[in-house]
Amino acid sequence: MEVLSPYKEAADVILEAGGEPLKLCYQCGLCTGICPWNMVRSFLVRRIMHEAQLGATNFGSEDVWTCVTCRACVQRCPRGVEIIDVMRAVRRAVASLGLGIVPDALRISAKNIAGVGNPLGEAPEKRNDWAKDLKVKNFASGTEILYFPCCVPSYDADVKTVARSSVTIFNKLKINYGLIGTEVKCCGESIRKAGHEDTFQSLAKNNINLFASNGVKTVVAASPHCYHTFKNEYPELGGKFEVIHITQYLASLIEQGKLKLSKEVNKKVIYSDPCYLGRHNSVYDEPRKVLQSIPGLELLEFPDAREEGLCCGGGGGRIWMDTPKGERFSDIRVEQAAAKGADVIALACPYCFLNYRDSVLSMGKAETMQVRDVGELVAEAMSI
Amino acid sequence: MEKVKIGVYVCHCGTNIAGTVDVEEVAKYAETLPYVVVARHYPYTCSDPGQELIKKDIKELGVNRIVVASCSPRLHEKTFQGVLREAGLNPYLFQMANIREQCSWLHEPGPELTEKAKRMVGAAVNRVARHVPLEIRAVPIFPATLVVGGGIAGMQAALEIANSNHMVYIVEREPSIGGHMAQFDKTFPTLDCAACILTPRMTEVSRHPFIRILTYSEVVAISGYVGNFKVKIRRKPRYVDEGKCIGCLVCQEKCPWTALSEFNAGTGKRKAIYTPFAQAVPNIPVIDTEHCAYFLKGKCRACEKFCDANAINFEQSELVFELEVGNIIMATGFDTFEASSVPQYGYGRYPNVFTSIEFERLCSPTGPTEGHIILADGRQPESVAIVHCVGSRDKNYNEYCSRVCCMHALKYSHLIKEKTNAEIYQMYIDMRCFGKGYEEFYNRISNEGVNFIRGKVAKVTDEAIAEEEKGKLIVLVEDTLLGTMLRVPVDMVILCIALEPRKDANEVAQLFHIGRSADGFFLERHPKLDPVATMSEGILIAGCCQGPKDIPDSVAQASAAAARALAMIARGKIEVAAVTASIDETKCSGCRICNLLCPYDAIFFDEETKVSRINEVLCQGCGVCAAACPSGAITHNYFTADEIEAEIEGVLA
Repeated sequence: MEVLSPYKEAADVILEAGGEPLKLCYQCGLCTGICPWNMVRSFLVRRIMHEAQLGATNFGSEDVWTCVTCRACVQRCPRGVEIIDVMRAVRRAVASLGLGIVPDALRISAKNIAGVGNPLGEAPEKRNDWAKDLKVKNFASGTEILYFPCCVPSYDADVKTVARSSVTIFNKLKINYGLIGTEVKCCGESIRKAGHEDTFQSLAKNNINLFASNGVKTVVAASPHCYHTFKNEYPELGGKFEVIHITQYLASLIEQGKLKLSKEVNKKVIYSDPCYLGRHNSVYDEPRKVLQSIPGLELLEFPDAREEGLCCGGGGGRIWMDTPKGERFSDIRVEQAAAKGADVIALACPYCFLNYRDSVLSMGKAETMQVRDVGELVAEAMSI
Repeated sequence: MEKVKIGVYVCHCGTNIAGTVDVEEVAKYAETLPYVVVARHYPYTCSDPGQELIKKDIKELGVNRIVVASCSPRLHEKTFQGVLREAGLNPYLFQMANIREQCSWLHEPGPELTEKAKRMVGAAVNRVARHVPLEIRAVPIFPATLVVGGGIAGMQAALEIANSNHMVYIVEREPSIGGHMAQFDKTFPTLDCAACILTPRMTEVSRHPFIRILTYSEVVAISGYVGNFKVKIRRKPRYVDEGKCIGCLVCQEKCPWTALSEFNAGTGKRKAIYTPFAQAVPNIPVIDTEHCAYFLKGKCRACEKFCDANAINFEQSELVFELEVGNIIMATGFDTFEASSVPQYGYGRYPNVFTSIEFERLCSPTGPTEGHIILADGRQPESVAIVHCVGSRDKNYNEYCSRVCCMHALKYSHLIKEKTNAEIYQMYIDMRCFGKGYEEFYNRISNEGVNFIRGKVAKVTDEAIAEEEKGKLIVLVEDTLLGTMLRVPVDMVILCIALEPRKDANEVAQLFHIGRSADGFFLERHPKLDPVATMSEGILIAGCCQGPKDIPDSVAQASAAAARALAMIARGKIEVAAVTASIDETKCSGCRICNLLCPYDAIFFDEETKVSRINEVLCQGCGVCAAACPSGAITHNYFTADEIEAEIEGVLA
């Protein structure tokens, strides 16, 4: 039988890396019961908390990298433990102190982000190429809104449509907006959750300075991940500007009567709440309001929607890591959507977009199930 | 006026103060202050020799003002005021500097602590120099007591007092006394029948010559002060003449209209004219006007037709009357947690998910199933999950432990085993079996064969993923001892719901001028040394209104509250501090702001002179009026502007 001793030094490393909240944990196991991983494989969140309390963490275990930071456990934890902070602290201990091994896929993404400012390893000067033919202005003095499309739509050929549909809407409505130059870098939300604190700090400082020197006051973000870190993490580092998620912005344009949707989109659409818009920031109604404003569109709901919404599997850096077939949450979601009779899954997050696209393709459902961004559906309803 | 001579006593409080504050230096500093004739430091000033020291200085040195720098006035102000009195000084020529709670206990050790203590002593010295003797009045105590709530705690308190031949009024808002205990089937850990031990008590209360029960009644207003409360009671109309009704309950039998039974926690029906349960005290029904066809549609009157005693009176109206009492004991009990606010447990969605109180009624021979433990479809359960801590020990709902649930969960295991062959699963976080005989009970129930699963339930669902789960409720939980997720298929789920403050606890607290703790229950004067008193003199608390507790603790606290009331009654009179406010009529503009703010109704407006006046007998010296008066016309005689300014100057010196 293996005998462990509490190892104070390891416990202290985790505490210093931001694991402070774990002191409150009383080991009830509710987190394990709620964690979506346990639908597809065993992942004992409670055990990770206890190991961290005693300094008995196995830093070499793949469990260190499993958490998708969806916040389902934090939302229900009876002691209010910020479990994601503990997971992040354990990862920091591995990434910065070399107490374990960072998985290859994550290491490459981290290297890309640190080197060229985006996880895909693409050239920084190509960042705004997706908008080349769309007459998009650069942010200048007098520009009201900065549109921040996230690295994935900026570079990924399939996800470009997310950003392109949004700026098409803006152009049509003559919104005073612009893109910031190619010096901008990844927002850093996910790489921070994956334990790379130093990288995050340098990305955030770069972006904060860039926004400040350009006089940015309002940012409309395509991704809930960018939205989350701009809104909740950048202010501590001095980044003070208003942040709006694209679905909130579209909802406000509809409410003000500036955006009118006339063309019918006769589809059964099911909306999947992104974790970082929903549970992390309590934005549930605006995306639904936008979809309900589209004539002809029938809005369906997943059996577990809103606060109970299932993660796509892409948070916490998991978007860069491979999840074996049979363990993909987005596959479960596609099945659920089909069972509800939907023909479109509407999304509001580029990570969700990537995962759902892969699921639909790998499950051979591309013919019957579309994966669309909320903005794309709006553009369609505007006949553009 | 005689010359002011101040004595200062700096207490070590063992090492509590002296460990971090240089008490000798503080005393030396005090000696340099104006009017101070002697300054000493002493290990325990509150001890007999410490008190003697002060008395000696008063006698020998002619000291006529005292400052003690020690702990909180809440702890020892009365002690030292007593010393002054015994030495022939007015007890208000005294000031405390709290250099323990507000200094030595508060900060990290360092030289600043001694500096702060000096300034606090300086402030007290400056202030006490301006104190004037205040008059002390003796007020007679009205010997009757009001008990609010007729549950087990209220009945216990009433009996203790009434047995000494002093009058007690029990005000109960429900049609019968008995409270929650009347709903229980058996009681832990002895498993004796709740009704068998409760109903004799109820009868004793109802027959007691010194107890008057006022059911279906509520307190609507209260004025006065300790020893002399005036309480306004509103008695709701029963529509049944209590003088004529003989309790035959033919009316209940004949009434064709029904509603969900509150007593059965909604699991069964009752009539529109009803007594909540068979052993109700008084055994006189009430008409529920929301379900009575006569009140709703103007037709029926079946009860009236069948009542041989002619006791039905549809014209009865509510009665408001006043009682004079010296003490009030609050025993208003608890409400249960709303189980549907944890949606993932499926209460309200799945018919076989029950709350603990519903299960009590299901078990009871007087309940809707006559004590048969059955599912919604009438079958006997083959497996039951008992879920602990629903709404308790959870920051999302109530942070506190409800204290009784582990034990009643064990009791349920026994009752289920006794009546069915069901397999039982207890999902718990920690077993808390702290009372007398409780651990032994845990042992006994374990021996009866119960599955204990350590983990907080994540979800109850009916979505089956295996053949054996079909038609069952599946309880999802991590068995934290095995370190594995479990899916436990069961027929019945019992949610052990939290005990919560009454929904109207806030309004009741305001009505009686008592506080509430962070958990929402009524606040006791001291958590350890005075758990039955409140910050309002003469208002005592007992039972679950002060916090979740089991029957033995409720009864013990009720007896303690009764003893406190009896002590007051036996003394016959109470000394009321002359700490009051007064109005300078030449400054009063007659705006009446103070009239509305006074919580004791002690201020009235004199229509002739157009100024406000304070009734000094009613004034409790709370100071609200003085703080609010826009003209600065109100002076509080123990917090004069001069005294407060002197204190501030002392700190800043």
